[in-house]
Amino acid sequence: MKAKVAIIGAGISGASIARVLSRYENLEVHLIEKAPDVGWGVSKANTALIHGGYDDDPERYPTRAKLCIKGNRLWHQWVKELEIPHVWNGALIVALKDEDFEELERLLERGHRNGVPEMRIVDKDEVFHLEPNLTRKAIGALWVPIVGQIGPIPAVIAIVENAVANGVKTHLGTEVVGIKIENGEVKGVETNNGFIEADVVINAAGLHADEIAKMAGIDYFEIHPRKGEYWLFDDDVPGPRRVLFPTPTPISKGIVVTTEVSGHLMIGPNAQDLPPKEKENLATTREGLENVWEGAKKLWPQLPPRSKVIRTFAGLRPEPTGGDFIIKAEEEAWGFINVAGIRSPGLTSAPAIAYEVAGIIQRELGINLEKKSKWNPYRREISHFFMMTPEQVNEAIKRNPAYGKIVCRCNNVSEGDILEAIERMKFIGVKTPSVDSVKFRTKATTGTCQGSFCRPKIIQLLAREYSVEPWKVTLKGMGSEVGIGDVKSILRRDA
Amino acid sequence: MFPRIPMLNYDVVVIGGGPAGMAAAIRAKELGLKVLLLDENDYLGGILPQCIHPGFGLHYFREELTGPEFASRLAKRLVELGVQYKTASRVLEITNYSDLEKVVIFTSPSGAYQAWTKAIIYTAGARERHAFEIGIIGDRVSGIYTAGEAQTLMDIYGILPGKDVVIVGSGDVGLIMARRFALEGAKVKAVIELMPYPGGLARNVMILRDFNIPLYLSHKVVEVRGKGRVERVKVMKVDENLREIPGSEFWIDADTLVVSAGLVPSVKKLKRIGVEIDPSTGGPVVNDRLETNVPGIFVAGNSLLINDLVDYVAEQGELAAEGAREFIENGGIESRKWVKVEKGENVRLLAPHYLSGDKDVYLYLRVAKPMENAELRIPEVGKEIKLPVVKPAEMLRLSLKAEEIKKAGETLTVEVVKV
Repeated sequence: MKAKVAIIGAGISGASIARVLSRYENLEVHLIEKAPDVGWGVSKANTALIHGGYDDDPERYPTRAKLCIKGNRLWHQWVKELEIPHVWNGALIVALKDEDFEELERLLERGHRNGVPEMRIVDKDEVFHLEPNLTRKAIGALWVPIVGQIGPIPAVIAIVENAVANGVKTHLGTEVVGIKIENGEVKGVETNNGFIEADVVINAAGLHADEIAKMAGIDYFEIHPRKGEYWLFDDDVPGPRRVLFPTPTPISKGIVVTTEVSGHLMIGPNAQDLPPKEKENLATTREGLENVWEGAKKLWPQLPPRSKVIRTFAGLRPEPTGGDFIIKAEEEAWGFINVAGIRSPGLTSAPAIAYEVAGIIQRELGINLEKKSKWNPYRREISHFFMMTPEQVNEAIKRNPAYGKIVCRCNNVSEGDILEAIERMKFIGVKTPSVDSVKFRTKATTGTCQGSFCRPKIIQLLAREYSVEPWKVTLKGMGSEVGIGDVKSILRRDA
Repeated sequence: MFPRIPMLNYDVVVIGGGPAGMAAAIRAKELGLKVLLLDENDYLGGILPQCIHPGFGLHYFREELTGPEFASRLAKRLVELGVQYKTASRVLEITNYSDLEKVVIFTSPSGAYQAWTKAIIYTAGARERHAFEIGIIGDRVSGIYTAGEAQTLMDIYGILPGKDVVIVGSGDVGLIMARRFALEGAKVKAVIELMPYPGGLARNVMILRDFNIPLYLSHKVVEVRGKGRVERVKVMKVDENLREIPGSEFWIDADTLVVSAGLVPSVKKLKRIGVEIDPSTGGPVVNDRLETNVPGIFVAGNSLLINDLVDYVAEQGELAAEGAREFIENGGIESRKWVKVEKGENVRLLAPHYLSGDKDVYLYLRVAKPMENAELRIPEVGKEIKLPVVKPAEMLRLSLKAEEIKKAGETLTVEVVKV
C-alpha cells in the first residue's frame, strides 16, 4: 500500500521535496498551496542567488552550513534537467579597507570547513580583471566562482511541472486550516477545500510554518518576517558581471549588486525585522529603499538616474527561532515533519533539503522507499520567442501563427509563448487566471513599460482560455481582479 | 549575416501605424515611393482608436473629430491609395547596412520577414511613465494603471477598472481619463499634480470644473497601500523645489490609481543603431527633413517629441515622407552648413535641431515655466512674436521662412522672455 504524503507549501522547499518524493513507487504525494499558483511566497522575492556556502557558521548553524554547499552542487544538475534559467558567474566579496581582509580570511577558512571548492582571495589587479566597473575604492575580494543565479519562481514552476509529470497531485488555492492527529499520529490535513488524508505531513509553509506546526501541537519555534527591499533597473543599464557583496558586518551580509538572470541590474536587500504578525507586509518603504541605494553605491558608484528604475519590490524572509533551518520529524506527532525557518540560503539549499526529508522519511518514519522503474528527471521549458532566431520563429509560426505575434513588446514575448504558459498553468492545476502566472512563465510585463501596453492583451488571452469575463481575471489571485465589471456596470448599478 | 527568412524590397518602411506613420505612408505613396507600413496592433491608428473623445483634427482636417474618426480618415485614404500595410507585425531589429540599404526584420502571424529598404520612417510613438518610475512606494497591488492602460481597458476591451479613482498628473491624458471615469459613474476623488500649475491644455483643465473634481497642485502621491487591490493612497504637499513637506501627508481612500506622469519617446531600437538622442525631448536629434544623424532614418510624431495635438503629428509624418523621397532621389540628403537651433531662456525643448535654410519650417517647442505677457524671440534673425500666455503644457509651433533662416549665421537661438 502507498503511504500518503501531504506537503504544505509549494515554494522552493515544498516543490523540491515533491519532486524528490515523486521518485518513489510507494508514495502518493500531495502538494498543497494556499496561493493560486506555485512559488508566490518567500520564493518569489529574494536575491535569487545560489550561494557558495562559505557564509554559514557550521557551529552555530550546522544544518545551513551542511545543506547550502550540497544544494549548490545539486542545482548544477537540476538547472540542466529542468531547463531552469541560470547563470554561473561567481561572486566577489569586496574589500574596501585593509581590515576587511581579516573578515574575508575568516570567510575563506569557514568556506574550507564547509567544503566550498575553488574559493580564494584576489588582489586589486585581479578584482578589476574579474569586475572592470567595480568601485575604484576596491582593494581586493574573496572570489567564489561556484556562486550562481537562477530565476527563483521559474525554478519552482519547473520543479512542480516535473513533479506533476511524475505523479504528484497539486491542490492550489487550498489553505490548510488544521492537522488531524489521532493517538499521536497524523491522519491528514483539513483544508478550505476539504480533508486530505495523509500518513506523512511535511510542513514547508514558509512564513506560516509556525502556525502550521501549532496546528500539530508543536510550538517550540516561531517564524519572524524579515523584510528585504530591492530596486530593479531597465535592461539598458549596465550591471556587474559577477555577484557583488560587500564584506559582511556582524549585523548583515550587506547590499548585493547583481545583474539578475534576465539581464537587469538589481540591488538589495536591506534587512528589517517586522513584528511577528506582519507576514503579509510586502510594502516597500522610503527608508528601506534609500538604505539599499546608499549601500549599493559603495560597490557600484555609477547607479543610473531614478528614471531608469523599472520596479521596486520587497520580500519577506522567514527567520526562525535560533536562526538555523528546522528540518526534523516531530516525535509528538508521528508522521509530521517540519521544514521550517528556511531563510537564506534556503533557495540554494532546497534540493539538498528535499533529499534530507526523503532520508528522514526512510530512516525515522521507517517507510522503505522504493524507486520507480520509470521516473522522468527532465522537463522542457516553454518556448520563448526572445530566444528564437528568425528562422526558428518561422518554424514555430508554421505550427501556430500565434508565435509570430508579439504581445509584450519590451521583452518580445509572443502570443504563442503566452498560450503555452497558460497550458502549463492548467497542467499543474492553476485554477485562478492571473496575470502574474503568465508573467513568471514568460517575462511578459517585466520590461521597460511594466506591462502598460501588454497587460490588457494578456487579460484577454487569460479570459478566453479560462472562459471567464475579462474583468474577473486577477493580477495576483482572488481580491486582485483587474476590473470591477464591464464599462457600463456602475451606470447599470450592478457594480 | 542576415537570417534565412523571406526577403521583401521597399523604398520606405514606416514603423508604427499611428497618425504619424499613416500620414507618412500616405504621403510617401503619393510621392510615388514603394512603401510598407508596419504596426504591432491588430488595427491601425496607434492610440487614436481608444481616444473616443473629440478635439482632434481642427488643424489637419479643419473640423473637430474623435480619435477613431481621425484614424479612420487616414486609414481610408491609405486603403484608397493602395498603401501596403501589415498589422500584428512587430519590428525586431533594424540594421543600417549602408546608406541606401537598411534591413527591417519583423515578425507577424504569417511569418518573420526581412524588409530591405532605402529609407525608414520611424513613428513608433511613446510609452507612459509608470508608478515605479515616479517613485511611488508601498504595495504592488491591482488597481494601479497608467492612463493609457486604463483607457485601453475601458475603450478597447470594455472593462471598467474601478470606481473610486485618484489620478496622478493633470496632463491631457490624465484629465481626459478623469472625465472618462466620471462619465461611467465612477467617483474621481482627486487629480494630484506635482507642479504648481496644471499640466494639460486649457480645454482639458475645464473638465475638472465640469465634473467637480478636486485638483491638488504642488502635491504628489507617494505611497499606495492595499491587500490585493488598492485601498488608499498617500498624498503629500511639495515645496517650490518639489520637495515633500514633512507633516503634510493625508490619505485618500480609492480602489484605483491612474498614473498620467508623462510620455517617453520609444526610441530604444534607434539608439541601438547609433541614432543620437536629445535628452530634453527624449527623441532623436533631427534636421528640418526630420532625418536623424543616421542617413535615411527619419522620425515623426511622439517618437520625435511628445506632441499635444495629433494634427502636428500627422504633419510631421508628411514632412518625414518628403524627406525620405528627397533622400532616395538624391542618394542622400545633401550635406550643407546646417543652422543649429539653440534653446535660449525659458525654452525647455525644441525640434528640429538643424535647419537648412532652403525651405520653410515649423519649429516645435515647449517652455520650461508658465509666463504671461511673453515674447518669443530669435535675436539672430530679429524675429519677435508676442504671446499673452505660455505654458509648458502647450507646445508652441513657430513658422520660420527660409529667408529668415538664411539671415542666421551658424546658430539661431529661440528664447521666450517676459516683456
